[in-house]
This record gives sequence, structure tokens and C-alpha cells, in this order.
Amino acid sequence: MKTLLTVIFSLYAVTCSASGKTELMHANIDLSDNTSLKRGAEHYVTYCLGCHSAKHIRYLRIAEDLELNEDVVLNDIAPVGASIYDSMISAMDKHDSNIWFGTVPPDLSLIARSRGSDWLYTYLKSFYRDDTKTHGTNNALFKDVGMPNVLWRLQGEQVPHYTLEGENQVISSLSLERPGELSVSEFDLVVTDLVNFLEYVGEPAQLKRQQMGKYVLFFILIIGFLGYLLKKEYWKDIH
Amino acid sequence: MNSPRLNNFVNWILARFPLTKVWNEHLAEYYAPKNFNFWYFFGSLALLVLVNQFATGIMLTINYKPDAALAFDSVEYIMRDVNWGWLIRYMHSTGASAFFIVVYLHMFRGLLYGSFKKPRELVWIFGMLIYVCLMAEAFMGYLLPWGQMSYWGAQVIISLFSAIPIIGEDLSLWIRGDYVVADATLNRFFAFHVAAIPLVLVLLVFLHIVALHQVGSNNPDGIEIKENKGPDGIPVDGIPFHPYYTVKDIVGVSVFIFFFAVVLFYMPELEGYFLEHANFIPADPLQTPEHIAPLWYFTPFYAILRAVPDKFAGVLAMGGAIFVLFLLPWLDTVKVKSIRYRGGIYKKALLLFVISFFGLGYLGMQPPTPSATIAARLLTVIYFSFFLLMPIYTRWEKFKTVPKRLTSNDSLMNKIPLIKQVVSEITQDTVVTTKSGKTLHLKTPNPKGLRNASVDLAKKMKDSLD
Repeated sequence: MKTLLTVIFSLYAVTCSASGKTELMHANIDLSDNTSLKRGAEHYVTYCLGCHSAKHIRYLRIAEDLELNEDVVLNDIAPVGASIYDSMISAMDKHDSNIWFGTVPPDLSLIARSRGSDWLYTYLKSFYRDDTKTHGTNNALFKDVGMPNVLWRLQGEQVPHYTLEGENQVISSLSLERPGELSVSEFDLVVTDLVNFLEYVGEPAQLKRQQMGKYVLFFILIIGFLGYLLKKEYWKDIH
Repeated sequence: MNSPRLNNFVNWILARFPLTKVWNEHLAEYYAPKNFNFWYFFGSLALLVLVNQFATGIMLTINYKPDAALAFDSVEYIMRDVNWGWLIRYMHSTGASAFFIVVYLHMFRGLLYGSFKKPRELVWIFGMLIYVCLMAEAFMGYLLPWGQMSYWGAQVIISLFSAIPIIGEDLSLWIRGDYVVADATLNRFFAFHVAAIPLVLVLLVFLHIVALHQVGSNNPDGIEIKENKGPDGIPVDGIPFHPYYTVKDIVGVSVFIFFFAVVLFYMPELEGYFLEHANFIPADPLQTPEHIAPLWYFTPFYAILRAVPDKFAGVLAMGGAIFVLFLLPWLDTVKVKSIRYRGGIYKKALLLFVISFFGLGYLGMQPPTPSATIAARLLTVIYFSFFLLMPIYTRWEKFKTVPKRLTSNDSLMNKIPLIKQVVSEITQDTVVTTKSGKTLHLKTPNPKGLRNASVDLAKKMKDSLD
């Protein structure tokens, strides 16, 4: 019994020490909202595709899943000259990006699956002004990230506020110093749409599987019930 | 149906192939104890998952490319551009975890009812070999998507072989086919995952079942039904596997695939337990992830490996943790098979073993901290003590008398009055008058009854350990 208690306590201690990470903001996304996804796709092409490919998604797939006309996708979403069968490939040269940013910007097809939508939402809202950096910005969630704040014209400029934690200075909050073109809630919507789109791009089949799931489960329940009746009938003589 | 042509055709076959004999020996006239309970579903479920893995695996190979430059993208191609590819892929990835859940429960059933004991030692050995093959299959299959965790997991595990003195370095080089995990490794793992090990697996499953049907199935009472035969030579407590257990297994299969489908359609990653988040990043040999952890089914052994300070000793401990299971039939020499008639010592030891297995499984997923390492060491000691001290602690066991015939299982229907009694104990009737003047009779929780019921439950649980 004593060993048992020790084990439970030590496990508890381990769990406690493991926590203590940065709190993430909640991304209030809705994958069934096709207009939000369309806006997100437009934002993606406008603000992200310059550097980040999403090579696993095709414009045709977007047209089909978002129930859009192919021409609408080509006119509103895809960059000029793209074919409906093309994947979302960035035009930036890898060699150039290495010189400009010190790294090759990652493909974002699966970023929502590796990072999660809350992380992306928090990340996009956590840029702040940092004059020590080449691009003039830093990120509170992803320290010293190579990416500049591409949404700064929309968001404006944020500045950090610090607190002391032990001997380290940590960022406790960010505040808007110079407003951008959009109000805070308008900007939140842009980020939400973008994250919604990235979540969709991460797994285009996810809405389909969730819709299908309930029919499959219903079918299995029926089979299970019939199977149970069959079993009862066969087993009634076994005592 | 009784056309002479069909009869002739059937006779032609039967004269050349013992179809009826096989059917009778293994299904229609294979007599299984009639008191199989919940724990006895997992054998047939393991077979079901095996078939699922074969069917979906073959379909995946049609579009998968075992090439370091193409593998990751080909998996995403399956997920997006191949019709129903996502379904097939999730069936395979969920099936891999489901296989281990089912097999762990199947093995635990063996521990509960002593199914590994004489005369079923070989059934257990074949089963253990299946388990080892399954681990190899899972480990190699996990490299194929060529994600970060695939890559670095394989890197860590293969480097363990280099801890072996003298031959270690050459051995790990031979396994990888390169100095690091690379295209050559992916190619050979693909060959082993889709051809070599599945063949061995099928052979072992065949041997497992043949060996089982030679000696007959054990049961929750741990009594040999063959020792009590009727005048017709049929065990009195036995019933033909077909149709009784085939129809019963339909129910078990339905319940299983219900849960399987819930995971598959609504949470295929299962919060990173079935598909790790970091594995959606393509393998990058130049960037080590900050935290490398294997999938959940390997974590107990991974925790044992990390608990031992010396690398080679850790490898030995990890191997030993699996090897010791092979020895079980000779470590537990008690004649009484089922836990129903065994003494409190074994029950408590088994409980500790289960706690150590889950605890190690949890610790194996966490980053190593000093306190976690101490906990893992303690649990490793408990894990090994359960097996290695078994010849000693079972000497003091006091057994209950084993009945001569099977006891019947309590049907769920008979438990309804008991459940009603408990419900009435933990609730109380209160009369509430609403604002509109109606009186409502409500059942509200009764704190005193709730306390009594939990004390009773705790007492019962304690008694069940004696």
C-alpha cells in the first residue's frame, strides 16, 4: 500500500512540474462556414502565398469543397495566371528566401495539424515591435521567429509589457500602440478566417468524415442490435 | 438446393480437400466452455483488426511511395487526392493502435485466468511471438509516413543497437543501411512492413490457433472442460464454437467497431495519441525535435529504457521486460488457474503490475525530469518483481476451492434489482413546489446514502483483493 501511495504522489508531482506553458488564445473557427473559408483563402493568397506554399491543396479542391464556381476561385482567390488544377505554390525562390529571412518559409498545408488552430491564432496575434530585429518585429509566442508581421498594416503596431519572473524578464501582455487599417474586432475576424482556412487545408476531408460518421455509427448500432437479438435467440437453451 | 450437380461438385471437392473436417474440427465441433465472459471477445477482435490491417495496408501500398523524397507527399496525396484514401489511411492508423489495445486486453485475460498455464504453454509462446512481431510491424510501419516523429523515433530506436558492445556500431549500420536513417532505411522497412513480417504474422496466428484447438480453450473458472465428458465424448460444459460463439462475437464486433468508428470519424488523431502532431511535419535530418516520444503502445518499455542509467543496461532491461513474459508459464507454477480461486497475494501483485504498466506508459510519454526518472525506476522494479518474484510470493498464497464444473455467469438482467437498490440508496425523494404552484417529486442525491454507497464499494473492492 505504501509503495502504491508513493507512486501516485510521485506521478502527481511529475504532472504538476510538466505544466506551465504559455496560455493560448482560443480560435473561434467554424469549418462549415464557407464564406469565412473563402475570405480566409483570399487572405492566404494576399498575405501568405508570397512566401508560404500550401502545395497539398489545389484550387479545384477549394472550389468543390467551398461550393464555389471555378471562375470565382480563379478570379477571387487564385493569383493571376494560376490554373484551376494548380496547387497553391509560392513563387518565391528558396535561394532568395534563405538570403532574405535566413530560412525557407515552411509549407503550410499541414501547419494546422502540427501546431493546432489555437496556436496559429495566438501566433498571428502575438507580433510586437522589436527594433533589434532585422524586420523590426518579434513574436511573443515564437521568440525570434524569422517571419515579419505581414499583417501589420491591418493590425497596427503592438508593444510588449514586461514582468519579472524570478530573474527573467518575460512578456506579460501586448498592447496596441498605433492602430492599423482595421479595428481590433475586424482584425480578429481576418485572423480567424485565415486560421479557419488553414485548418481546412490541413485536412480537407474532415467535414466529410464528420458528416458521414453519424450514418456509419447508426448503421453499426442497428447491426449490433440485430446481432444481440440473434445471440439471445441462439443462446436461449444454454444454461 | 439439392440438385445432383451441386452435390457432385461438392463431393468432387471433398474427395480432394478436407473441407468438412477442417470446418468441424475448428468451428462446428470445436467445443468451447460455455461461460466465456467479456474478456473472451478480444481474440476474435484481434483477428478482425489483423484482417483490417491487411486489407487497408494493401490498398495503401497502391498509392504509397517508399522513397525519402516522395513518401511524405504520397501519404498526403492519399489523404486528399485518392478517392476514399483518407478513410483507408485512418482505418490503418487507427487499426494499429486498436491492435495493441485489443492485444493488451487479450494478454491481460491470460494473466487473469491463467490461460498460459499447462497445457497451454505453447499457445502463450506463439502469442508472445505474435506480440513481438506486432511490435516490429508497428515500429517499421511508423517510419513509412516519413514525418519528424517517424524519422527521429527510428533514429533513437535503431541507435539502441549501437549500445551493444563490440558488434553494436556495425549492427546498427547494417539495420539502417546508412550512417543515419535515410532512404535506404525507408526502403528496407517498407519491405519488412508489407511483406516479410506480415507473412510471419499469419503463420504465427495459424500456429496460435492450431495449438489452442489442440488443448482447448481455457475459461474464467480455469477448469479443464475436457476432464468432464458426457457419454458421447463431448465435454458437458462445452458448446460448439459455431454457431454459439460466432453469433456472440457478432455482438462483440459491433461494439468494437462502434468505438473504432467514433475514433476514425471524429478524432482520428486522438489528441496526438494515435497520430502524433509532430508527424505532420516532414522528416528533417538536420532538426531534432525537442521531445521525441514513441506512440503510446511502446511507452511502458521506453520508460523502462530511460529509467536505467546505463544505455546498454537500459536496452537489456527493455528487452528483458518483454522476454520475461515468455517465461510466465514457468514462473507461475500454481496449479489453480483462475484469479477467481487464487489468493489475495496474486491479486494484489497483479494490481501493482497493472499500475506499474500504466504508470510507465504515462512516464514514457513525458519528457524525462529527475522526479519522473525516480518514479520510472520504482515502477520498473515493480514490473520486474511481479514476474521474477512470482515463484516466491505465490508460495504463501491461500487458494479457494475450485469447483468441479463451470459456474454460470451472472446475467446483466439479474443485476437490475441490485442497481435499483443502489440508486434508491444514493437518492432521496424531495417534494418541490414551483412558483406556478405545481408540486414536483424529484430525486435528488442523498449525501448520506452516497457516502454509505462509496464506503460499501471501497469495502467490496478491498474484499475482492483477498
